[in-house]
Amino acid sequence: MTSTDAPAIAEAYRMQLSRRRSYSALLWAIFALLMISGFWLADDRNAGGFWEGLPRIFDYPSELVAEAVQKAGNLPGLMLNALPALVETINIAAVATLLGGLGGGIMALLSTRGLAPWPRLVPLFRRLLDIARAIPELVIALVLIFILGGGPVPAAIAIAFHSVGALGKLFSEVAENASLKPVEGLESVGASWLLRIWFGIIPQVAPNWASYAMLRFEINIRASAILGFVGAGGIGYELRNAISWGQGRYDAAAAIFILLFATIVLFDQLTSVARNRLVRGQEQGQYGGRI
Amino acid sequence: MAVLDTNPVHELIGRKRLVSLAAPALILAYLVYVAISFDLAGLAGRARFDNGALLLQDFWSYKIHVTRDNRGEGAFETSIEGMRNATFSAANEPGWIARREDDGREITLPRGHSVTIAGDGLVTLATPEASYAIRPTGDGIEADIPDPPPNFSISDKRFSATLPEGARLTVTRSRSEVFRRQAGWELFFFDLSSPFYGRSLPQLIGLALSGERLDPERSNIAGMAQDFWNNSIWHHGDVAWAMFETVLMAFLGTFGAGLISLPIAFMAASNFAPSRIVRQLFRRFFDFLRGVDALIWTIILSRAFGPGPLTGSLAMLLTETGTFGKLFSEALENVDEKPIEGLRSTGAGALSRVRWAVIPQIAPVILSQLLYYLESNTRSATVIGAITGGGIGLLLMQAMQTTQNWEQVTYYIVLIVLMVMLMDWLSGRIRARLIRG
Repeated sequence: MTSTDAPAIAEAYRMQLSRRRSYSALLWAIFALLMISGFWLADDRNAGGFWEGLPRIFDYPSELVAEAVQKAGNLPGLMLNALPALVETINIAAVATLLGGLGGGIMALLSTRGLAPWPRLVPLFRRLLDIARAIPELVIALVLIFILGGGPVPAAIAIAFHSVGALGKLFSEVAENASLKPVEGLESVGASWLLRIWFGIIPQVAPNWASYAMLRFEINIRASAILGFVGAGGIGYELRNAISWGQGRYDAAAAIFILLFATIVLFDQLTSVARNRLVRGQEQGQYGGRI
Repeated sequence: MAVLDTNPVHELIGRKRLVSLAAPALILAYLVYVAISFDLAGLAGRARFDNGALLLQDFWSYKIHVTRDNRGEGAFETSIEGMRNATFSAANEPGWIARREDDGREITLPRGHSVTIAGDGLVTLATPEASYAIRPTGDGIEADIPDPPPNFSISDKRFSATLPEGARLTVTRSRSEVFRRQAGWELFFFDLSSPFYGRSLPQLIGLALSGERLDPERSNIAGMAQDFWNNSIWHHGDVAWAMFETVLMAFLGTFGAGLISLPIAFMAASNFAPSRIVRQLFRRFFDFLRGVDALIWTIILSRAFGPGPLTGSLAMLLTETGTFGKLFSEALENVDEKPIEGLRSTGAGALSRVRWAVIPQIAPVILSQLLYYLESNTRSATVIGAITGGGIGLLLMQAMQTTQNWEQVTYYIVLIVLMVMLMDWLSGRIRARLIRG
């Protein structure tokens, strides 16, 4: 457009604006249609309807709370009983995060350009990470439960496998941004690949890697509770047993609900504080902290 | 090594060295503790590696069972995996089963083995080395095999032999059974009731293109589509619905939570909340929603709504409302105040300030978070489906619990992985496009 005619420019702008607005209105309409029809379809395929269920939504929680209050004396004992299962759930998550962090770190280094010992294999390792990320924990857990029997080990392996994929990708993004100068310095004095990574890269990426691993730990606690529900031990398994007892034993379910809730909130807050500290500590380092 | 106490650098390095030794040692100690508490040593004893072998075998092959009923009139039945709806008729029986004069069967097995079941029930197993006779009787079996090979297991009630390439012969007083493995997934496209069963791909293409109708009621293409969709073994139609349900749960849960949490997130952002108390209240509310977790929400909601995709969507919606509330309020706290000031100076109301000064700033962040969570929620929807009874997760659980249909388990696993990868790719594409544009 070579015209410098102000009204024409204004007109063209208005046209463009209204076109853009009608596009976004169309997008919103499609989105609304998808949401409404999706909701309607989900409602249709559900055993109970949404509108019939809505008034009853507080029935179960209120029964649960009423009975828990009535038998409040039982709660501490029941919680104590469920404590070993809770510890198991946390152990599953912790081991899975440790192994996932270890595996993810190795995979990340193998799949980061500039750091990988075999640059040609970088795409292969990336695809492997994609696959590890795409396979849901449930799938691996169920297969392993069939082979290894129920218990914490299948869950730990399943979550660790998925964590390798999830953490590997994030770790590799961090490692990509690391400065290569220390690596070059180490290379100039003849350090091997392992030494270059250990002294040149790991100190740079450690805070961010730790922060991501903590976030993963929190996610893994939830995952390990859910996997317990499908038969992999821990608090989820106890919960399934407790809720299947039904009325009259709601206190047991309530005790586990409280424990699980408290644990998730606790680790949510803990990791959030720790992550803030790590990231802030790093910022201080950038502005000239200690060596 | 002579460490100079006066030199703080050495001290620092010494401390660091201590830490770098202590941290791995602590981790190792923890792993040892967990190995003990998980009873890793006992695991080897409990593990059923034969289950694993079976699973691996079933991943790529299937069994055809040839069964003789030894109790009744000695009727034979040839079926796939012993399924009633996959029983061969005399016409489409595999070629390696031959009918004998006395109404018995002669079954050829791989590597020079064969089994002959006579009309009167006498079973003869011929290996390349020798030949063994087993006769089922009224209260057990008779087998006079003085020095049985290691792959035989013989008692007076049951004879069984594991033969090469996954074949197997079992004789009890109630039935004689021969398994033979075939590579592939049986009846994947058409089941035995379909007229299109057993035709090769070029034949099918020819049928689809030529007008000659196998079934006068419907055209060949429609017939193929129908028979594939309603395949009574693989239930492709139901599986497609289940996959759709899973994606639907993720879609409704993610975007529903986005729609709900966006307005509330303003209340939890320090620069928009009317007071500190309100902000704290909403933040705790989000923490609560997140802390209860999808597992507990699913249990609570399924009491009100029953099992199904709606329950799963709502459970996910509640949890993710907590997550998004936190994320969005953090995004809101980071917005640039200047455009808001600019709009305020023109006398714009609160709503227009939000619409024209805040939303454009946070929209890319919100969209990219939503799309990122859409992918991760597709995976969660599989798990939630397994609990709440909807979607592909439930099908997977059910197929696993029968401990027979491992080829279907494989099929579901492949589908789930493809679905998640597709969602990952799709959300990545949309994210890239939206954030660029």
